[in-house]
Amino acid sequence: MSNVPSDLKYTKSHEWVRDNGDGTVTVGITDHAQELLGDLVHIELPEVGTEFGAEDGCAVAESVKAASDIYAPVPGVIVEANEAVQDSPELINSDPYGDGWMFVMRVDDEDAMDELLDADAYKAECDE
Amino acid sequence: MQRTALYAKHLESGAKMVDFAGWEMPIHYGSQLQEHHQVRNDAGMFDVSHMVILDLVGAQSKAFLQYLLANNVDKLKDSGKALYSCMLTPEGTVIDDLIVYFITATQWRIVVNAGTRDKDIAWMQKQIANFDATLTERDDLSMIAAQGPNARAKVLGIMPVDEVAIVEPLKTFYGAFVNDWFIARTGYTGEDGFEMMFPNEQAHKVWDALLEAGIKPIGLGARDTLRLEAGMSLYGTDMDETISPLVAGLGWTIGWQPEDRNFIGRSALEAQKAAGVPQKFVGLVLEGKGVLRSHMKVVCADGDGETTSGTFSPTLGVAIALARVPASCGETCEVDIRGKLHPAKVVKPVFARNGKSVLN
Repeated sequence: MSNVPSDLKYTKSHEWVRDNGDGTVTVGITDHAQELLGDLVHIELPEVGTEFGAEDGCAVAESVKAASDIYAPVPGVIVEANEAVQDSPELINSDPYGDGWMFVMRVDDEDAMDELLDADAYKAECDE
Repeated sequence: MQRTALYAKHLESGAKMVDFAGWEMPIHYGSQLQEHHQVRNDAGMFDVSHMVILDLVGAQSKAFLQYLLANNVDKLKDSGKALYSCMLTPEGTVIDDLIVYFITATQWRIVVNAGTRDKDIAWMQKQIANFDATLTERDDLSMIAAQGPNARAKVLGIMPVDEVAIVEPLKTFYGAFVNDWFIARTGYTGEDGFEMMFPNEQAHKVWDALLEAGIKPIGLGARDTLRLEAGMSLYGTDMDETISPLVAGLGWTIGWQPEDRNFIGRSALEAQKAAGVPQKFVGLVLEGKGVLRSHMKVVCADGDGETTSGTFSPTLGVAIALARVPASCGETCEVDIRGKLHPAKVVKPVFARNGKSVLN
């Protein structure tokens, strides 16, 4: 079974969300997602300053096998993008919850955080 | 879903199994990229037992193949020599591509794709009716391809001396029977190596011996990126029953000579050739970042084309594709990747072989 840290929130589309406690969240793709995709070879990140609604496609993760859209888990503005994963997409395979983070958003609507799944709910989602 | 004799061995090696043409096959054993490099730099093995082995015998078996296949088996003069050919419809489109091994004038071994098994066999049995020849499927056999610069030496290293004497002298694209085995110096990766066919009962023992010799298991994922880099066509994506070999980069496999050899599809191909072939088959190398996939639109100066296969090339570190483009297409084009045009270089449809890039 893939790793699902209990201190993170999740989406059905396999993003993880870390509440940084300062009105921003860090977003990446889950261990389960990177396993499904296989070796990642190309990442397209959103530009800093771009605004997205919840569930808007805002990044792309491409593996040797397939391209997968990454969705904004909550509405907000991109404040940082992880250029390291652009240069070394394999970071997402080796450390999806650490060095493989993708971007940081300033959350427009804190209530939207309540819509996200907790670890148990995400695990249940993956098992279906 | 069907399983090969090696199913349990794949699981033992940590394979992620997927449905491939109705077969439960390993897509990778952890990392497709590492497996790709393993074959380009050392040695890897593929379970290709899902592919269909057919034995053809009979007094008119050669005449049958000369009628059935676009390439001319009369080119095969030495026992064991292999020939790559398309099998065409009367309209000159591709039913399948295959390898035929010449054993004697009355004995041949043919390997066709798993995904086209039923229609291939039905078509061949229909055409064979007028010939004194018999076609038999050999599903009692398994097949492992050992590929890579060190594959040949590693396989020979675990063979009995009397067998080495037969297998070691094999030249590229030749095969030989060794007791109840057939071993050929062929493959689908652009690397040296062997394709080995042997009784299903021996599959586990063979797999373990090859593992022991340092030949690592490789999944179908890396098989696809390896063959794409080597510029080898994949049936179902690079060509199919809607496509002529003349626009699929397979013109070189058509045995036009002698002119009086009447093979299925010949008159259609001659008419196409006379009318002028509007498209050509090329390789594309993406200039910037991104990944090319199959069936993306290719924009050339005088019209559009289409990628037929695309991937990120692990050997080159850039995205590559095989594509059909207008015959007039020059040295550059653009590829539509999810709505945006990206510049690409147009090259010959081969990217890497024998461990190295073949691009300038």
